[in-house]
Amino acid sequence: MLIIKNLHAEVEGKQILKGLNLTVNAGEVHAIMGPNGAGKSSLASVLAGRENYEVTEGEVWFEGKNLLEMAPEDRAREGVFLAFQYPVEIPGVSNINFLKTAIGEIRAYRNLPPLDAKAFLQLSKEKQKLVEFDAKLVNRSLNEGFSGGEKKRNEIFQLAMLEPLLSILDETDSGLDIDALRIVSKGVNKLRSPKNAFLIITHYQRLLEYIVPDFVHVLYDGRIVKSGTKELALELEEKGYDWLKEKEEVGTN
Amino acid sequence: MANDKEIIDNIANKEYEFGFVTDIEMDVAPAGLNEETIRYISARKNEPEWLLEWRLKGLQAFGRQKLPAWQNFEMPPIDFQKISYYAAPKSKKKYDSLDQVDPELLATFEKLGIPLNEQKALAGVAVDVVFDSVSVATTYKEKLKELGIIFCSFGEAVREHPELVKKYVGSVVPYSDNIFAALNAAAFSDGSFVYIPKGVRCPMELSTYFRINTENTGQFERTLIIADEGSYVSYLEGCTAPMRDENQLHAAVVELIAMENAEIKYSTVQNWYPGDKDGNGGIYNFVTKRGICKGANSKISWTQVETGSAITWKYPSVILQGDNSTGEFYSVAVTKNKQIADTGTKMHHIGRNTRSRIISKGISAGQGQNSYRGLVQMGSKADNARNFTQCDSLLIGDRCGAHTFPYIESKNNSATVEHEATTSKIGEDQIFYLNQRGIDSEKAVALIINGYAKEVLNQLPMEFAVEAQKLLSITLEGSVG
Ligand SMILES: Nc1ncnc2c1ncn2[C@@H]1O[C@H](COP(=O)(O)OP(=O)(O)O)[C@@H](O)[C@H]1O
Ligand SMILES: [Mg+2]
Repeated sequence: MLIIKNLHAEVEGKQILKGLNLTVNAGEVHAIMGPNGAGKSSLASVLAGRENYEVTEGEVWFEGKNLLEMAPEDRAREGVFLAFQYPVEIPGVSNINFLKTAIGEIRAYRNLPPLDAKAFLQLSKEKQKLVEFDAKLVNRSLNEGFSGGEKKRNEIFQLAMLEPLLSILDETDSGLDIDALRIVSKGVNKLRSPKNAFLIITHYQRLLEYIVPDFVHVLYDGRIVKSGTKELALELEEKGYDWLKEKEEVGTN
Repeated sequence: MANDKEIIDNIANKEYEFGFVTDIEMDVAPAGLNEETIRYISARKNEPEWLLEWRLKGLQAFGRQKLPAWQNFEMPPIDFQKISYYAAPKSKKKYDSLDQVDPELLATFEKLGIPLNEQKALAGVAVDVVFDSVSVATTYKEKLKELGIIFCSFGEAVREHPELVKKYVGSVVPYSDNIFAALNAAAFSDGSFVYIPKGVRCPMELSTYFRINTENTGQFERTLIIADEGSYVSYLEGCTAPMRDENQLHAAVVELIAMENAEIKYSTVQNWYPGDKDGNGGIYNFVTKRGICKGANSKISWTQVETGSAITWKYPSVILQGDNSTGEFYSVAVTKNKQIADTGTKMHHIGRNTRSRIISKGISAGQGQNSYRGLVQMGSKADNARNFTQCDSLLIGDRCGAHTFPYIESKNNSATVEHEATTSKIGEDQIFYLNQRGIDSEKAVALIINGYAKEVLNQLPMEFAVEAQKLLSITLEGSVG
């Protein structure tokens, strides 16, 4: 589904991604861990097409298409979803109207007829239930005045509504209390299918107890320096990232 | 992928959508403003002597007045002698049905999306179309007549209801009020007149479309709305204008009078030609709009969506004379390219327990300059009067400007005035967030803008709100990446 080859990217002239390789297949859940500033959010931004990131080298293929050539909205329409680390507030735009617009655009891109009001409402109800999202928040202005946790949960609600192929969750767990974490994880697990894939960026092993990944990667200084299975997450929790740093230095010397 | 700069430039280059000229024969007065012109206009309209006298007083007042100098922009030189003060379509016939109306005129309205057709009539809107200066079609008149509602052109009101016109014209905006009001008093061409009798709730939105069509013809519309005791009326005014090379002056006057327990809701969508991207051409829109809540418990509410004109200068105001009366002002003003808007309101609290609410939403793009200017006056007898003002500015790009000038004068210690103001920018983060959900940048901006302006748009009658939303989107299309 997703093939990243030797990806180099910079922001404001600063090299952030330095030759990143990663392959994600349908049905898989990959966790990406790494210290602060390693480039995890940058990777998510580059995949989603944020304008201020410049790709200087490498390729990204999504479902056989060159992702880097697409506008951000087309990437979304193709099925790339990013649950933001810091979701923005958009005053006056109701959550539900926003989603209606988004779904309308995505369906139009895929040559699907628009959902009628009834079908849309039905879908919304169903997904609210699936991810246990508060109905009151559905009609409020998009993220306006939402608590940190509510914003994160709204990202998951949107994910459920838009049914993307590849979901990138950027530290969705940070700022969530344990109950919210459980609910969010439960939601994600329900949304897992053989057709879609998840890229879960997290600092903490904790989340991976709920959403069990197929693979765990360590992103360090703009590269994936180690990959393994879920046991790697435990190891990281125990030892931190410093041992990787040494290893990295040995490796490059 | 277009970047912000490209898209911002793109909007600056967007042609005025409604820029076309209709070719209809016009009857135009020679340019110049003097007693002769005024007598010509008055004679053409077969006006009574008292009205001519009043016009001439207006002319005298005009001679004494100077152009205002306090506004937040440089007043362009206006050569009042180069303007022609009267234009009327040659065919002055009134029509029984739309079939008899000049098809080209209808085609123009069609192009503008002004639904002057059976559909609109069926939708319950009576349309008194002001094409240039004279009304050419009126619908739904019979039904209104049954209720005793008078809704006609100003000229017709002068002929049919002179006692009402004589009593109220100039009673809220005197001819000496300001230079543009004086100009209007002297040279007003036509406009609308509404009278709602005691206890009558007008069952439909009354609507008038204004449109400038002749080169060098200033527009001097005059509107007078009187809501008698316990009555209610909602009035809509909307306009678009064709492409021009020369600046055109528009100096309208609107007077509203609400008696005891009466309510007037006045909504405007203003989309005069704003000039090209370098600021050439475009309408100068100097408008005096004022209402008086004469009786106790009366209410006047102004709602405006201002997207057009090279310069907009208007401050729809309310004199809150009756005890417990309410004044409201809801405004969205958009400026882009080199457009200037200096707009706001005045709330004069005179009676006890009077309330006013001001919601102003400025949007600036390109090199547009947007000023909010408000005055809240609490008179010495205005016990427990209250005002709330919310004044927001939204900036698109970094070459535009937003300014707020809130003035407060209070002579009563029990009166309270609350003022809140914010300035924000459409963030790249917001646009990217929406992009990431499959929404392109143009739609994203439209969503954000309409969200921002929602509180004001919600005040418009349903049908109008949809049009206004569309207009905002079209106006700001592609403003941010
Ligand atoms: N807009 C930006 N301008 C300059 N540097 C940035 C910008 N965004 C991120 N960075 C830098 O890129 C590096 C990687 O950041 P980020 O991808 O957010 O890391 P992580 O998500 O792994 O904590 C950091 O050094 C950060 O300071
Ligand atoms: Mg991060």
